[in-house]
Amino acid sequence: MPVKGKFVGRSVPRLEDRPLLTGQGRFAGDISFPGQWHMRIVRSPVAHGRLKSIDAKAALTFPGVHAIWTHADIADIPPIGFRLTGLVELEAYRQTALAQRYVRYVGEPVAAVFATDPYIAEDAADLVEINIAPLPVILDAAGQPGPFDEHHDTETSVIEKKSGDIDAAFRVAETVVALDLAIGRHSGVPMETRGAIARYDEANDVLEMHGAAKVPHWNRDRLALMLGRHPDKVQLYEGHVGGGFGIRGEMYPEDVLVCAAALKFRKPIKWIEDRREHLIAANHSRQQRHRIRAAIDKHGRILGIDDEFFHDNGAYMRTHAATVPDLAAAMLPGPYRIPAYRARAHIRLTNKTPCGTYRSPGRYESTFVRERLIDAIAAKTGIDAIEIRRRNLIDKSAMPYSLGFSTLGTDIVYDSGDYAKLMDRLLEAADWQNMREALARRRAAGEKVGAGFAMFVEKSGLGPYDKVRVEVSPGGTVEVITGVASIGQGVETAMAQICAETLGVDYTRINVVHGQTDRIDKGMGAFASRVTVMCGEATRMASVKLRDAMLGAAAELMQTSPDLLDIVGDEIVRTGGPGTTMKLAALATARPDAMTAEGEFKSSHMVYPYGAHVVQLKLDTETGAVAIERYLVAFDIGKAVNPMLVEGQIIGGLAQGLGGALFEEFTYTDGGDPLAVTFADYLMPTSREVPAVETFLSEDAPSPLNTYGFKGAGEGGITPVGAAIASAIDDALQRPGAVTQLPVTPWRVKALLRTR
Amino acid sequence: MSEKTAITLNINDRDYSIKTEPRRTLVDAIREDCGQTGTHIGCEHGICGACTVIVNGEPVRSCLMFAVQADGARIRTVEGLAQGDKLHPMQQAFMDHHGLQCGFCTPGFLMLAVSVLEREPNIGDDDLIDVLSSNLCRCTGYQNIIKAVRAAAKEMRKR
Repeated sequence: MPVKGKFVGRSVPRLEDRPLLTGQGRFAGDISFPGQWHMRIVRSPVAHGRLKSIDAKAALTFPGVHAIWTHADIADIPPIGFRLTGLVELEAYRQTALAQRYVRYVGEPVAAVFATDPYIAEDAADLVEINIAPLPVILDAAGQPGPFDEHHDTETSVIEKKSGDIDAAFRVAETVVALDLAIGRHSGVPMETRGAIARYDEANDVLEMHGAAKVPHWNRDRLALMLGRHPDKVQLYEGHVGGGFGIRGEMYPEDVLVCAAALKFRKPIKWIEDRREHLIAANHSRQQRHRIRAAIDKHGRILGIDDEFFHDNGAYMRTHAATVPDLAAAMLPGPYRIPAYRARAHIRLTNKTPCGTYRSPGRYESTFVRERLIDAIAAKTGIDAIEIRRRNLIDKSAMPYSLGFSTLGTDIVYDSGDYAKLMDRLLEAADWQNMREALARRRAAGEKVGAGFAMFVEKSGLGPYDKVRVEVSPGGTVEVITGVASIGQGVETAMAQICAETLGVDYTRINVVHGQTDRIDKGMGAFASRVTVMCGEATRMASVKLRDAMLGAAAELMQTSPDLLDIVGDEIVRTGGPGTTMKLAALATARPDAMTAEGEFKSSHMVYPYGAHVVQLKLDTETGAVAIERYLVAFDIGKAVNPMLVEGQIIGGLAQGLGGALFEEFTYTDGGDPLAVTFADYLMPTSREVPAVETFLSEDAPSPLNTYGFKGAGEGGITPVGAAIASAIDDALQRPGAVTQLPVTPWRVKALLRTR
Repeated sequence: MSEKTAITLNINDRDYSIKTEPRRTLVDAIREDCGQTGTHIGCEHGICGACTVIVNGEPVRSCLMFAVQADGARIRTVEGLAQGDKLHPMQQAFMDHHGLQCGFCTPGFLMLAVSVLEREPNIGDDDLIDVLSSNLCRCTGYQNIIKAVRAAAKEMRKR
C-alpha cells in the first residue's frame, strides 16, 4: 500500500510558517481583551509546612489592586482531577488550585492577586504575607515514606506489571546481573511559558479560555464540571503554542483560577507565567531510581528481568496520575524477548514540584535502565554488546508480539517491526567495527573517546478515537476540523497533506482547524505521538467520504457518472475525455448538502515505531565536558507523511535528550529550596552542544492498524539518548557500568575520571 | 515608581510616542504599548534571546533594556523584515530549511542572524555557530536553523 503519493510522503513546506516568520503569531501573551485584569500568583517560599495564615491587607491597599484570593475564596472548587491512569488510591493526593492547609513545595500557589497591570500585580504579590510553620521535608523518593497528611503517607501506590514465572527464571539462571540506576529530574521547558486568558461573554453566557493547548476538549469538560457549568457554556481556544513536550496544556491551578475569576469578577483575566515560575511550578518529570536484576543463561539470553523502582512524582498527583511510572514499567522490555518479567513501581511523593509527562515519558527512563542492563550483561558474560542484543531481539516472525500486560488502557501488542534489520542498517551506516577500532587507536594515544549504542521501541497512536470533519465552503475553501491540537509539530501541514492526497485539491488550499472546542464536539488532543496516526486516519476517512459525496453531486449536475470525474486543484474534471469542468465553489453553491463529511477512527491498540542510536563522543579531562563527535539515528516510522517534519521531530527530540543526559537537572537544597530557577542554572543545549545528526528513516514496518501504516514521529529522537550517551562514556573510560546516573554533568564526568 | 516619562520609540521606521515608567522593559513597551507582539518574551533574564531586536544596528535583548534607554533609537523587529508579501531571505531560508517548529524563538533568531550577517556578511562557520548559540530553541535541535542561516548568508551576500 505505501507508495509515495502526490502529497503524502513528500517533504512539502509547512503551512504554519508564514505567520510565525513575520511576527503575526497569536501566542497566549499576544491575546488581550479591553479592561482585562492581570493575575499574579503568590507562591510558597517553603517546601513543606502548615499554612497558618495569609495577611493580604497591605497588598489590597496597593493602588491598582482589585482583589486577592486565598483558598477560602475557591473552597467550593474541587481539586484538579486525573486525565490518564487515574488510580482511585491516588485521589487523596490531588492538588487544589490554591493551597488549603499545607504547602508541599516551593512554588505552590497560595494566593492570587488581581490588578490592573502585571507590574502592579507583581508588586502587590510581594506584599502578601504568608505565615507557614515549617515541617520536615522529604526529598528522596527511594527513602522512607513520610506523612502527606493525617491519613495518608507519601507512598501513594505500588503498581506492578508481570508476565511469566520470574522466580523460576532466577532459579535456573546461569548468571545474575544487578544494577542500581537513577535518572535525574528534568522537564520539557518550552520556550513559551504558560499563559491563560479567561473571559466571560455575558451576552451568550459563555466562559472562554484562550491560551489552551494539547487537550482543549478534556480541559473544557473538566473546567465545566469544576465550575458547575454546562460544557457548551465553556469554550477553549488554542492559538499558537510555543512548544508542548507533554508538560504544556495539561490543566494546572492557574487555568482554574483565571476561569473562576473571570466568572466572579466579570472581567477578562490574563495570566502569563514568568520563567522562574515556570521552572518551579510547571510539571517536572523523569526522576526515578531503579534496582534491576536480569537472569541470564550461559549464552547471554535473558531469562527474566525483575525491576523495582521508585518514581518521584513531587508534591501532588497531577493530571497524569500514574501515567509515567506505568509507562516506565510497561515499556521497559523494549525490543527484547523477555520470557519472565516483573516491574514494581513505588509511586512516591516528595516536597518538590509535582510531575507529569515529558516527551517519551517512562521510556526515556526505562530505556536508559534496560540498555544499561544489556551493556552490563555483555560485560559480565564477555559477549559483545551488539551480539547480546542480537541474541535477544524479538524476531520479525514473532510479530504481532504481545507483552502480556497493558498500559494506558491498551494491551501492549507490538504491531510490526524488524528490529534486527534496523540494527544492522545503523551499524553499517556508522561503519561500527571501523569506528570502534579507530576509537581504540585514539584511546591508545591518550584520548578519552568512546562509542555507544542503544535500541528502543516507542509507542504512538493512542486511541480510543479521533474525529474529523472536512468541509468545502461556498467560496471553495477546504477546512479540516479536528479536536487535536498544534504544539508546533506541524499538524496543519500533515493533515492537509493527507486530506489533499485523498480529495485531490492542493494541500496549500486546505485550512486545518484545531484546538477550538466550539468548532467540533469532541477531540482527544495532541499527546502520545497520536495525532498523525489517529487524526491522520480520521482525516483520510472523512476525505474519502467527502470525495464520494462531491463527485456524486457533481455527476448529477454534469450529467455523467461519478467514476468519470476527478477532483484536481480547485475543480471537478472529466477523466473520460474532454468536456466542461466545474469549480469547487460552483459545486458548493449548487449542492451545499454534499460538501461536508465526517470521519471517526477508533483504535484500541497503540502502534509501535522503533529505532536505534549510535553516538561517538570525547571527554574533556580538564573540564569534564562531553563533546559529541558523531550522532546517528535510525528510526522506522511505518510511513512518513512528511519526511522533513519527521526528521525535524527526531533532531529536536535528540537535542532535548542530550539535555537530560548531560546538562538539565532540577536540583534542590537539603531544605527543599529549588536551585534551578533561571536559565543560568537550568542548562539547556545550545547550537554549540547539539551535533549534526545523521538520520536514517525507514518504512520497513508499516502499521497494520491504519490504512497508510502510520506510526508516530514525536518521541523516537529522544527515547534512547541517555542510554546511548551512558554507553559511550563507559566506552571512553573503558569501564563498563561506570555511568549509573543521569545527567552526566561535567562534574560527574570529572568524578568518574578521578575514580580510576 | 509610577511616574511616567514621555519617550519616542522608532520601530521599523515608524514613531511611537508613549509614556512609560522608567522601570518598564523595552520588550514590554514594544509589545504592550506599541502593539508589536512579534517580539517574544522567553525568560526575562537575558539568556534565551527570544526577545532579540535590533537597536541602532546592534542585536539587543529587549528584556534587559529599559524602554526609556531606547528613546529616540532606531529599533527593528521581526515585523519589519518582509517587504510586503516578499519574505526577507532569512525568513525564506527558515521556511525552506524547516528552521522552525513552534515558532516562538524564531523572531529572536531571525533578528540575531540578520543583524550579525549585516555586520559580518562573510562570517566563518564556527563563529556563526557561536553567535547562534546565544539564543535558545527547544524544538528544532538547531541543525535546521544553522542550515537556514548559512543559506540566507549566501543569498544576502548576493544583494
